[in-house]
Order: sequence, then C-alpha cells, then structure tokens
Amino acid sequence: MRLIRLAQTLLLAAGLTLGGAANANGAIRIAAAADLKFAMDEIVAAFRADHPDDQIEVIYGSSGKFHTQIRQGAPFDLYFSADIAFPRGLEERGLSAGPTRPYAIGRLVLWSNTRDASQMTLADLADEDLGRIAIANPRHAPYGMRAEEALRAAGLWDDLQGRLVLGENIAQTAQFVQTGNAAIGIIALALALNPALVAAGGYYLIDDALHQPLEQGFIITKRAAENPLAAAFADYMQGPTAQGIMLRYGFIHPGADQDD
Amino acid sequence: MLDDLHPALSHADWAAVWLTLRLASVTTVILMFVGTPIAWWLARTRSRLKAVVGAVVALPLVLPPTVLGFYLLVTMGPFGPVGRFTQWLGIGLLPFTFPGLVVASVFYSLPFVVQPIQNAFEAIGERPLEVAATLRAGPWDRFFTVVLPLATPGFITAAILGFAHTVGEFGVVLMIGGNIPEQTRVVSVAIYDHVEALEYAEAHVLAAGMLVFSFVVLLTLYSRNNKVWK
Repeated sequence: MRLIRLAQTLLLAAGLTLGGAANANGAIRIAAAADLKFAMDEIVAAFRADHPDDQIEVIYGSSGKFHTQIRQGAPFDLYFSADIAFPRGLEERGLSAGPTRPYAIGRLVLWSNTRDASQMTLADLADEDLGRIAIANPRHAPYGMRAEEALRAAGLWDDLQGRLVLGENIAQTAQFVQTGNAAIGIIALALALNPALVAAGGYYLIDDALHQPLEQGFIITKRAAENPLAAAFADYMQGPTAQGIMLRYGFIHPGADQDD
Repeated sequence: MLDDLHPALSHADWAAVWLTLRLASVTTVILMFVGTPIAWWLARTRSRLKAVVGAVVALPLVLPPTVLGFYLLVTMGPFGPVGRFTQWLGIGLLPFTFPGLVVASVFYSLPFVVQPIQNAFEAIGERPLEVAATLRAGPWDRFFTVVLPLATPGFITAAILGFAHTVGEFGVVLMIGGNIPEQTRVVSVAIYDHVEALEYAEAHVLAAGMLVFSFVVLLTLYSRNNKVWK
C-alpha cells in the first residue's frame, strides 16, 4: 500500500516535471566566452524577466574550446566568442544560421589582488621581484593572444618568459590572480569590473594601440536556425538593455559610429 | 636530435613527455616511502582509527580532481596555511611549480600505492612473523628479511599503479599547474592545448602514445600472476 502511494507520488512528480517542460515556450543553450561571465548573467536575467516560461542556459568557457565543440556537433544554440574569428570560421563552414554579428570590443587590464595596479604600467612587469604574472593561454584564448601582442609591443615578452603562468581561459587567469598565486595578471576589463574583483587592487587599462582589437562576435548556430527564442535573444543582445549592461562592464559597442 | 626521428612531436611536446615521466618517477619514489608505513599500520593495527585512516587514504579514488585542485590552490596560495608556511621556509609558493605538482600527485595517487601494499602485508598474515620472532629476529630484521621479500609483488603492483595514475593526472594539474613549459605542462595538458588550438595531428600523436602506454602498463599488470592484487 505504502509502495503504491510512493509510486503515485513519484509519477505525479514526474508528470509535473514533464508537463512543465512541455508548457515552456522554448529553450536555448548559450555558449559564452569566459569574459562575459558577469555581464551575460545580468543580460540573461533581464531577458528572462520578459520570457518567464522559457528555458535559458548559459555555459561559460574558453572561446577556442566552444569553437572546437560546435564543430563536433555540440548542442549550443548561440555562441558568443571573445574573438570574432572563431564564429566567422564556423560561418564559413556552414555551421551558423546567419552572418556573424559583432557585439562588443573587449579591453585588457593589469589587475592584482595584492597591490594597487592602478598605479602601475606594463613596464613595471619587468621587475623580477614582482613574481608571477598570469595571462590567458595565447595559443587558444583570445585575451591571451592580445596580451602576448601587447607584451611584445612593449618589448617585454622575452624577458617575462620564466614568470608567466597561463590560464586555460580568462576567468581562470583572473582566479590565479585573485587567489594570490600569481602576483598580477592581464585580464579582461569586464572581469576586473565585477564586484568580487573591483573591491581589491584597482586596475590599469592597457593601451589598446598595443594589440589587435578584441573584437567579439556571436552567431546563432545551424541547429537553432528555426528556434525563435534564439533569434529573440540575438536581437535582445543588440538592443539597448543588453548594450547598457555591456557598457557597464567595460565593453565598447562595436558599431558606436554606425548606430542602428 | 630526437625531433628528427619523430617529426610529429615538437620540442615542446618532447619536453612535456619528459616532464611527465619525471613527475611520475619522483611521485612514485616518494609514495613508496610514504605509503609503506601507512600500509603497514593499516594492515596490522586493531585501532578504531583504522577505518578513518583507510577512508582518508582512499578519498582520491572517489573525489573529483577539482576538489583536490581547489583546496591545494587555496591552501598553497599566499593566503593559505601551507602557502604561509612555505613562504616562511623561504621556498616561496608551490602552485605553478614542479614541487607543487609532486605534492598534488602524492595525494592524488596515494591510494593506488597504499592499497596494493596493504593487501600484500595482510596476505602474509601473522604466522611467518611469529616464526621469525621465535628465531630471535628483531622487528626491523623481520620486516626486511621476511615481510619485504614476501610482499614484493604488492610493491611492484603499487609502483606500477602509482606511476601510471600520476601519468594520467589532468584535472589537478590544470587547476594548479599554470601550463608552464618544463615545469607543469605535462602530456595530458599538452594534449588539451593542442585540441583547443585545433592542432589535431599533434594531439593525436600524444594521445595515441598515452593510449598505447596505458594499455601496455595494464597488460603488464594483469599478465603477472595476480595473487596479490585482487
């Protein structure tokens, strides 16, 4: 008797869950570059308020990894990369449901948890006593590629070789610095501006003339071509609310002079 | 020179292979010294603490590497207790260094060394030791002339498993390694980097090498008469 009641309860619970999913209007899964962590959380929260019945999932990681995974058929509906070259590559392979859209330009900063980076410049990195310097892996992380360019342009790259530690993505790079395991790091302005990091240290904005622009782009993937929620989110991303949030996190609007 | 013989492996990849072998060797040697007394105690004790110590030793078997990686990163960092201690000793911080990886690997591979040795000790039983004692062999004498020879297969199994498991380490290294050539960029991390950078050919050479290596190790292990390791 008890077992039957338990079974009934379980069935009821299962029914509610399935029913809930069936009632939802739509679902999207977003792959987003690690530098978007805080900005995208806010944008998704604002978007959810307008779409209470829809399911929106965001997974953060390195742009290069998502690129590889989408090429191998990963179930992402939108892909926000920190380097526009990755989604363009997917577009060329016919894996996107439309053109690559630029959504932001990122900036690099020096940030430390133990000293006031706002009083420093790149040249200060040459000081051996400073200790370890964290950057994202320049081989596949966009912020790492740009950090390497900036350090080369500043004539520091070769001197710093023994002291660089490489984060798998820009969020791990920030985490190396936040835990103090690296004395200082070159991270995304968007991460330095988030509440957990902004309280400590301060940051130094790296001259963007020292590196190629961190032009960021996104696509709707081929699998989401017929998904109206994906299209809605893509439009929302380029609307005033999302752009306002992006601006607060230090991202520059890519079409600042050609407003639509 | 080696690069000429194996054009598919770059200098950096060879460095990763060499580093991995060095890490696994150092870790295994340390684990044999650290693991043997623990295994001996676990095999002989009647203490109620046996279950507790046994469980702690076995933890790395079930914990995700991220748990170990996270706690090591925080405790060995400049704000953590281990980090403060190593700085006080004047050796700096352990994360992103080879010694740091050795420390992590010793924890990570501990059960793979302790358990086979413990099994071997338990299989010997009390009898040979009692006989040796009646022949007036002292405790150290008994250990080296009776226990060690009888437990040799267990030690070999322990060394092979400890070595192989350290070679297979990835998650912990990714979290506390920082990807430094010849310091912390081991083969598993190098493979990950190649895949991320879409260098599938290079990833394939290293990955296939790992596959063959691991298979040969396990084949060796299972081909030996497995009286001890069950």
